[in-house]
Amino acid sequence: MRNMEYLLKNGYVVDPANKIDCERKDIAVKDGKIVESVDESRAKVIDVKDMLVMPGGVDLHSHIAGSKVNVGRLFRPEDHYKDYEVRSGVRRSGVGHSVPSIFTTGYRYAILGYTTVFEPATPPLKTLHTHDELNDIPILDKACFPLFGNNWFVMEYIRDGKLEECAAYIAWLMRSIKGYAIKVVDPGGVETWKWGGTVQDFDQEVPRFGITPREIVRGLVKVNKLLGLPHPIHVHANQLGMPGNYKTTLRTMDAVKDLATGDRPILHLTHVQFNAYGGVDYLSISSHADDIADYVNKNPHVTMDIGQVIFGDTTTMTADGPFEYKLFNLLRGKWANADVEVETGAGVVPITYSRSNYVHAVMWCIGLELALLIKDPWRVFITTDHPNGGPFTEYPRVFSWLMSKKARERVLKRLPRLARARTNLKDIDREYTFYELAISTRAATAKILGLSNKGHLGVGADADIAVFNINPKEVNPSVDYKLVRQAFSRAYLTMKDGEIVVKDGEIVAAPVGRTYWVNTKAPKDVEDVVISEVKKLFEEYYTVRFENYYIPESYLACSAPIQPLEPAG
Amino acid sequence: MVKFTLLTGRSLVQGVGKEAGKFSEKYIQEVSTCQIDPEDLKILNVKPGDYVRLTTEYGSVVLRVAASTLVHRGSVFVPYGPYANLLIGTKTRGTGMPSFKGIPVEVEPAPGESVPDIKELLVKIYGRGGVR
Amino acid sequence: MKVINAVVCPCCGNLCDDNEVQVEDNKIVKVRTECAISSSKFLNYYKERNTKPLVRVDGQLKPTTLEDAIERVARMLVEAEYPLLYGWSLTSCEAQKKGVELAEEVGGVIDNTTTVCHGPSILGVQDLGDPTCTLGEVRARADLIIYWGCNPSSAHVRHMKRYSSLSKGRFRLPEQRKVVVVDVRKTPTARNANVFVQVKPNQDYELMTALKMLLQNEEIEEQEVAGVPIEQIEELAELMRGCEFGVLFYGLGLTMSEGREKNIDAALTLVRELNKWTKFAIMPMRGHYNVTGANQVLTWQTGYPYAVDFSRGYPRFEPGDTTAVDVLSRGYNDATLVVASDPVANFPKDAVKHLCSEPLAVIDPHISLTAFMADVVIPSAFIGIEEEGTAYRMDGVPLILKKVVEPPEGILSDVQILDLILKRVRELKRGR
Repeated sequence: MRNMEYLLKNGYVVDPANKIDCERKDIAVKDGKIVESVDESRAKVIDVKDMLVMPGGVDLHSHIAGSKVNVGRLFRPEDHYKDYEVRSGVRRSGVGHSVPSIFTTGYRYAILGYTTVFEPATPPLKTLHTHDELNDIPILDKACFPLFGNNWFVMEYIRDGKLEECAAYIAWLMRSIKGYAIKVVDPGGVETWKWGGTVQDFDQEVPRFGITPREIVRGLVKVNKLLGLPHPIHVHANQLGMPGNYKTTLRTMDAVKDLATGDRPILHLTHVQFNAYGGVDYLSISSHADDIADYVNKNPHVTMDIGQVIFGDTTTMTADGPFEYKLFNLLRGKWANADVEVETGAGVVPITYSRSNYVHAVMWCIGLELALLIKDPWRVFITTDHPNGGPFTEYPRVFSWLMSKKARERVLKRLPRLARARTNLKDIDREYTFYELAISTRAATAKILGLSNKGHLGVGADADIAVFNINPKEVNPSVDYKLVRQAFSRAYLTMKDGEIVVKDGEIVAAPVGRTYWVNTKAPKDVEDVVISEVKKLFEEYYTVRFENYYIPESYLACSAPIQPLEPAG
Repeated sequence: MVKFTLLTGRSLVQGVGKEAGKFSEKYIQEVSTCQIDPEDLKILNVKPGDYVRLTTEYGSVVLRVAASTLVHRGSVFVPYGPYANLLIGTKTRGTGMPSFKGIPVEVEPAPGESVPDIKELLVKIYGRGGVR
Repeated sequence: MKVINAVVCPCCGNLCDDNEVQVEDNKIVKVRTECAISSSKFLNYYKERNTKPLVRVDGQLKPTTLEDAIERVARMLVEAEYPLLYGWSLTSCEAQKKGVELAEEVGGVIDNTTTVCHGPSILGVQDLGDPTCTLGEVRARADLIIYWGCNPSSAHVRHMKRYSSLSKGRFRLPEQRKVVVVDVRKTPTARNANVFVQVKPNQDYELMTALKMLLQNEEIEEQEVAGVPIEQIEELAELMRGCEFGVLFYGLGLTMSEGREKNIDAALTLVRELNKWTKFAIMPMRGHYNVTGANQVLTWQTGYPYAVDFSRGYPRFEPGDTTAVDVLSRGYNDATLVVASDPVANFPKDAVKHLCSEPLAVIDPHISLTAFMADVVIPSAFIGIEEEGTAYRMDGVPLILKKVVEPPEGILSDVQILDLILKRVRELKRGR
């Protein structure tokens, strides 16, 4: 299949990385790549006349695979009963809705026109599980981000000022468990939670470790630079979900400002909607997305994704165990917690976001505000932090909200009056264009991940293409937002590595996707010392043997190692 | 005939034994022996090594008896296995799980009887079986 | 002579990975391990093993070719309206995935030993959730360990020394831990406990409710609950409330007695209540070394952890209806494939009766009791000894089991056998 040559003719191409904005352009595909041209007499010609042609979507933050996701699946059979898929053709059976089974996850993303999706939080000790699940996801290219923000070794190395050693440790670990980027969740907070406490302040010391969240974040930014990882550190800030937490978010961004060099962002803050709250309690919670956006607009060292809320039933899941405990106390429904020795934790709590709920209404506004108030679409990305804000299958709805003020107003007018008053959304006129949408969901995300062959349709790119049955020249998304939503819900065509996987919203092929990981290295003499130190402590800290911590490359169904960028110094 | 409560469960020997094979001497010996408190044995008028008949509403089987101070007075413990299963019913009450513990059982001495041979028992009760 | 370190033991849910195996001439000659069950497994696994595919002819199992055996199993599955595929807990995740694929292909129901073990635990988790942690967290921090209705001294031999009450952790030494055993009888584990609470059979629910009430500062009027004097219950409640990090390990004493999943509901409710006062976690003592893996694989591939029915072309889960004992005792299924399990040794008599009255095929290294009753038996390699594979520990930590010796000539792995069956099933279906 991948050896076929294709020519997609007559479509309106949106390829922001190559500055193409709704131009009629043919796309030639050969041997799984985009090429300059193909022999029209030999190639299969697909007429995508007047349709929107984009690179395949690249989702940098979606909880799709691993231990906590499976906890969500397991303890929410009610999430599956009404949303199931019958086996047909190449498509295996499965279930949805907010925590879909693994095959269904791949199919539904491909139907949306996404071709690359990254799992943003994996506990190193259980990452074999994450890869086990990632291996099973059909079609998509994927990767996972190991968690470091509450890791005993990391915290102690940083506390002792041993950054090179910390870098060597992370290099060894990233390479061993086949991870992609440094993920930080509630830095210091999860370790604090294991002693029954929570982090109230960015400069509060973690019990028994003598280090603060600020120091952890700064240390890891420096380590990231030393290692030359393609993606900045990916941070879920402290005090997620707490009224007034926007201050912590600003402080987190500001804490590393002095470490920025050049124009590459050094900090990616994730699902910032959950961290953009003013107020002192839930009764007074308000939007401070404007302050966050203001800071981002003035400071190029930061990127973020929004974590948009969707009204309806979903499942929250995160390594932020203490946050989930707080949510459990608010909702008093089901609650799962899973502390992981030495490294991190997790929590899972189902939730239903309701229009008539003041807090949820404010949250809904904030996500969109962030996307609309941050001016540079290359630095703000559209996500729902699936499934925390809502299922990824609702992305098209988010697109329609961003592209149409009318669509937003339709929702706004049904929200509590006080929520409208304490947020900025009603006053925002900006509407995304197809170009900006493509940046935020493909071009920019691929770039910030360092995937040079993704997110664009230039010659040499992987032939990951999505075609949507909507004419960008004729349809006014501002008015016809429903058409936008419909078009993006079922791709007319999705191509992956030059193979057609989706035709008119149906799965027609389910090839195996790649698992990316970074083959990180540190100077050998430092690594040797660090590994021997780690080995000595391993048996005391862990309940598995050092030899068994390592994940062989052969374990990945299709391993795609990436070399780090030229490390600094 | 004395009324007891039947408990089935794992035992170390049953675990070790099953790794040696389900037809091994060790395994069969362990799973065909029930354990009763020595005081209760006196009430039953049997000695360790004697045979007793256990009867629940689901079935009946003769087992060897052993003394154990770890068993609650009024309970009889039988390790998991094909003999215990003859005494267990299939009602799961919508959960999938039958009742393996806490079942009312009647225990009486079975002089002159002995534990049925496992292979013969399987063939007799389930109507088939046999390896060449 | 080869010495292989960090060998993962394929016996119980402890999944200890620090065993040392010495191999000479493709035979395990010595095992360095602290567990009698593990030692027995590594040294005796090949005794009482079956090395030939067998088919029942005139009432007796006779040797046949692998091809013939595969053909018979494939036909059996294709011709059945509603086959049951049962077992799975004693094989690798790779094989379990094949099982799911096969069950989906033939529209049958796939169930694993959870159904008669910790099924009720999962039902409880589905009601309330699961406040838990990995075993290393227990070792590092726990100062109160409760074993309720379980007997690790006998069933999870190294649990206490490696992970819990007798283990040495970064922040907690064994002498800094308090150990409580709650059980209907004084188990070997109880002998090592600081506190032993003897609960009346089938009354764990009442005792847990009493504890919860005391934690909520409610008055209890009875003098004793579940056979336990109220003073002892009060002491236990204070012990639980006052610890820094407590862990409740529980076993089949809770899942198998009257109340079943309601007992687990009570346990989870109790732990949720305790989390108002302190850090507390709960963990089921999973028996088979990869029953957790079976739950994990089934959940991520189908959405449900056991008893998954594919008869309508999509996964369905109905405890009491799609669970193996119910399927069998009601006579729903008309064929059974048993993989790495021994229901004839584990299931109630009437379920076994139906199992033996329909076509029955077994894939197992041993002549198990079920193989003794089967129509077709296919020998397989031992995971973790003769075949590599992934397994999940009772706390969800995954490990790769090693291959330390070659299997005998002609013995395939579960994965290979299932692959052959799947291939043949698909051919037969196409041919129709």
